[in-house]
Amino acid sequence: MNELLMGYLPLVVFIGVALAIGAGLMVAPFLLAVNNPDPEKVSAYECGFNAFDDARMKFDVRFYLVSLLFIIFDLEIAFLFPWAVAFKEIGAFGFWSMMVFLGVLTIGFIYEWRKGALEWD
Amino acid sequence: MALTAVFFYLFATLAVASAAMVIVAKNPVHAVLFLILVFFNAAGLFVLLNAEFLAMLLVIVYVGAVAVLFLFVVMMLDVDFAELRAGFIKNAPIGVIVGGVVLAELIALFVARGAGPVTTAVKGSPVPSGVSNTEALGLIIYTKYVFFFQAAGLILLVAMIGAIVLTLQHRKAVRRQSIPVQVARTPANAMAVVKVAPGETGMPAEPKGQG
Amino acid sequence: MTEAATYAPIYPELVLAIGAMALLMFGAFTRETDDNAQLGGWLAIVILAVAAGMILAQPAETVTVFNGAFIVDPFGRFMKLLMLAGSAFAILMSHGYFKRHRALKFELPVLILLGTVGMSMMISAGDFIALYLGVELHSLVSYVLAAIRRDDVRASEAGLKYFVLGALSSGMLLYGASLIYGFTGTTSLAGIAAAIPPGGVPSLGIIIGLVFLLAGMAFKVAAVPFHMWSPDVYEGSPTPITAFFAAAGKVAAVALLTRVVIAGFPNAVAQWQQIIVFAAIGSMLLGAFAAIGQTNLKRLMAYSSIGHVGFMLVGLAAANADGVAGILIYMAIYLAMTLGVFAVILAMRREEGMVEDIYELAGLAQTDLKMAAVLGVLLFSLAGVPPLAGFFAKWYVLAPAVKAGLGWLAIIGVLASVVSAFYYLRIIKIMFFDDPKPAFEKSDAALVFVMGASVIFTLVFVIWPGPSILDAANAAAVTLKF
Repeated sequence: MNELLMGYLPLVVFIGVALAIGAGLMVAPFLLAVNNPDPEKVSAYECGFNAFDDARMKFDVRFYLVSLLFIIFDLEIAFLFPWAVAFKEIGAFGFWSMMVFLGVLTIGFIYEWRKGALEWD
Repeated sequence: MALTAVFFYLFATLAVASAAMVIVAKNPVHAVLFLILVFFNAAGLFVLLNAEFLAMLLVIVYVGAVAVLFLFVVMMLDVDFAELRAGFIKNAPIGVIVGGVVLAELIALFVARGAGPVTTAVKGSPVPSGVSNTEALGLIIYTKYVFFFQAAGLILLVAMIGAIVLTLQHRKAVRRQSIPVQVARTPANAMAVVKVAPGETGMPAEPKGQG
Repeated sequence: MTEAATYAPIYPELVLAIGAMALLMFGAFTRETDDNAQLGGWLAIVILAVAAGMILAQPAETVTVFNGAFIVDPFGRFMKLLMLAGSAFAILMSHGYFKRHRALKFELPVLILLGTVGMSMMISAGDFIALYLGVELHSLVSYVLAAIRRDDVRASEAGLKYFVLGALSSGMLLYGASLIYGFTGTTSLAGIAAAIPPGGVPSLGIIIGLVFLLAGMAFKVAAVPFHMWSPDVYEGSPTPITAFFAAAGKVAAVALLTRVVIAGFPNAVAQWQQIIVFAAIGSMLLGAFAAIGQTNLKRLMAYSSIGHVGFMLVGLAAANADGVAGILIYMAIYLAMTLGVFAVILAMRREEGMVEDIYELAGLAQTDLKMAAVLGVLLFSLAGVPPLAGFFAKWYVLAPAVKAGLGWLAIIGVLASVVSAFYYLRIIKIMFFDDPKPAFEKSDAALVFVMGASVIFTLVFVIWPGPSILDAANAAAVTLKF
């Protein structure tokens, strides 16, 4: 078990360094920088007016469609990794099995292309 | 072994703590970010179990895609989360009861494990030695479990159709650029040389060509 | 590869899946007109009929493929034929409705076909992974279909509710399945059955897993106490889609539940019987009492179907071949009656739009005697009045329960059926004795056909096809191991 962890030692060190630098940079301003907050000073500024409404606004549902289609192909790609690794052992059957899987999703891809789901407007 | 335990408790504590933060965080965007932290810690736990492929999947699919989708949905809905949260205290007792029941069952299971007439003769598929987790999965998904694999493909297809049926909307008024039409244009169908006699208008009766 | 040896048993499902994809391409490459969408619907019905023919042609023996993950046996084939009929009639009835609402989409028959593949997987599932994938395929399709009229607020709400609660139930199902896997070391039903020793009490882990598994499946069949989604979803969804849920979806879910408990837990009967009995009593009583206050016909049908599931669970609680045969017969009759009633609901249309309230039926006997007679017969049958089909349905599930020593359960069933007769008869009273409301518009030929077929089935069930269905059900039921 320890050899597993040893294998990941570079990664652990890497994440450790990243955490240390990130945390250091975030903590340093609190300790070093001048900090004189004032409600008027930190409030949102909108060309001299008070802010009209919340800065958050509704996103278009099209973003959702794009990201959902992305997830589906992301998952499809995920299935390719073990297939590629075990490609030599699984033989022709494994090859065609993946081709059918890709074929099904290609049908879906043609459908969404023809439907115009890949166009923004 | 001790080192593994250290990492296990590190990941497990962080995962549970960030899961709690997902629920109590005031800002929904922070909640999603804590959810990402949960995913990362779960991925760490998978690595400790030698299941590197699942760890990678968790990071790629959940962190890379699902969490982004959550963010989109949070931004899309424009829900007043303060108002939503007002119901939190009201529903808390029910939540505590349900959670308590599940926890009690887990504890009961932990205590009872090994007790009772469990047949240990039927063992699950043994982990093959000498191959990595990814390869072990690859060896069976596409051959032994081809049925499940193709069914998963159909589920993805349904998800695709469903997403388009439910959300795709085309604005009628938008004039779209049609690249094939533009590329196929030639002087012959785009231009007309008209002899204009002095004093006449050069406009043909019907305008030809488009784009 | 030896796994590639023979896939013949799965050909009907292959036809459905490939047909669905071909229809999707047909829709994508033709203009999106109402005519093309309807043509797609007819083609889908043809594909369903071809699959049904192939299932009929399969040999009457138990065959498993994919290491036992897909079981083809007479029980499954019986249920699949019913399920295919439910899907085909739902598509048939959908044309007029969606055309009138300007929501005709070529994706609808494609989704129904893919959902049918999912339901087929559920009915044939011999492994928890196949079970879960089938359930998910069917559920995903159902969520989309419930909300397919996306400009309609009620339909969107129905889709969302169905999705959230459905996801929760899938979670419970998975939790249960994972516990059972953890304590038996296998996901296949045959393996689990072998892992639980006969006699004695199975380990706590298996019992808790079984409870969660049953909770998830009770949600799918809409049995008390996991029924709460069904009235809202039935009411909000477009009516042909509601018919699809109530007919085909119910068949698949009940078949799945039956196969899992009978084939997977033959040595834990005492454990699951308690839960099934509880769910049966709850469903029958709720179906009887909660429907009394309903005036929306679709909502009323939702409670009515909860009640009918309760009766089917009585047959399951008997835990013997007769009980399972009862479920099969009940399912066939329930399917015919439900489709008929939904055809009538779809025909309740005036110039200003569809109506769903039972008081809109007032005086139907004077404006449209044929439709009133059809609905009257179907309601009498739903109430279980002999010699209509509905009576035999109840008879064949209650009799095995009595034989299995569950006489008190059968008595509760009879009482519930008496109470539920009240609200069925109230509708008949409204139709025949109240002052008439304006007449409905002329119904589509498809609806008239479904009404006619359903009412003939209900009326002459005793003579035909009752006996042959009875034989088929008895032959099918013994193929599940007891």
